[in-house]
Amino acid sequence: MTTLSVKDKDTVKAFWAKVSGNADEIGADAVARMLVVYPQTKTYFSHWKDQSPNSPAVRKHGVTVMLGIGEAVAKIDDLKAGLASLSELHAFTLRVDPANFKILSHCILVVMATMFPNEFTPEVHVSLDKFLASVALALSEKYR
Amino acid sequence: MVEWTDFERATIQDIFSKLEYEVVGPQALARCLVVYPWTQRYFGNFGNLYNAAAIMGNPMVAKHGTTILHGLDRAVKNMDDIKNTYAELSVLHSEKLHVDPDNFKLLADCLTIVVAAQMGKAFTGEMQAAFQKFLAVVVTSLGRQYH
Repeated sequence: MTTLSVKDKDTVKAFWAKVSGNADEIGADAVARMLVVYPQTKTYFSHWKDQSPNSPAVRKHGVTVMLGIGEAVAKIDDLKAGLASLSELHAFTLRVDPANFKILSHCILVVMATMFPNEFTPEVHVSLDKFLASVALALSEKYR
Repeated sequence: MVEWTDFERATIQDIFSKLEYEVVGPQALARCLVVYPWTQRYFGNFGNLYNAAAIMGNPMVAKHGTTILHGLDRAVKNMDDIKNTYAELSVLHSEKLHVDPDNFKLLADCLTIVVAAQMGKAFTGEMQAAFQKFLAVVVTSLGRQYH
């Protein structure tokens, strides 16, 4: 379903340049929202004593996720190769059901809307949605 | 029957009471047509939908967006019986409009994002959960009469 056009890539890179300074906050909010809106995702974090939205573990995980997104933006021209080791991590170690990538992507988009209502136009939305879907696909590569 | 907490009821009433229907409705529908272009299949007679700018500025899209959002009022006023409230609309969408019910979820996601943009930080995770639960019930009810 997802081949990123030149326009998509340019749009994603330009938007990322504007928002990446807030990456930590975006990540923390997205992960926190995911745990609240989709409680089934908490099953992956049963090893955290504190799963509340402002807990250090949640915030730290948000940072980790956004670092991965940033890496994907940098490797946007070949996500499959660029995210190969992250795919192995998710497939063999974390074993996250890929359906959850869609859930977290949606939460990231909602956070973008709350934090950047003017920049997160429909055009940016569609390119970012396609990009996150491509990232999810690349992360799913090594699953089976 | 769907169980609603006091918080969820209050959140839904609160969000909708503050909504500018003529702004949010058009934005949500337009965004849906841009982000999920296959949804344009249902609007062949809406004129120019060739690009995002055209869609965002299209008066028929705007008018219909407002109509759809007001359609949600029925659920807001009848939260304890959304299923029956939408039986007639479900038949309409199935028999007359022939809308694939998967599209309801796409529009619901766009509406969530537009409301999030309007409310900013005030749109907390808990409010998002309540709002999405509400929309999910509406979406299920609209799909119920399909056969």
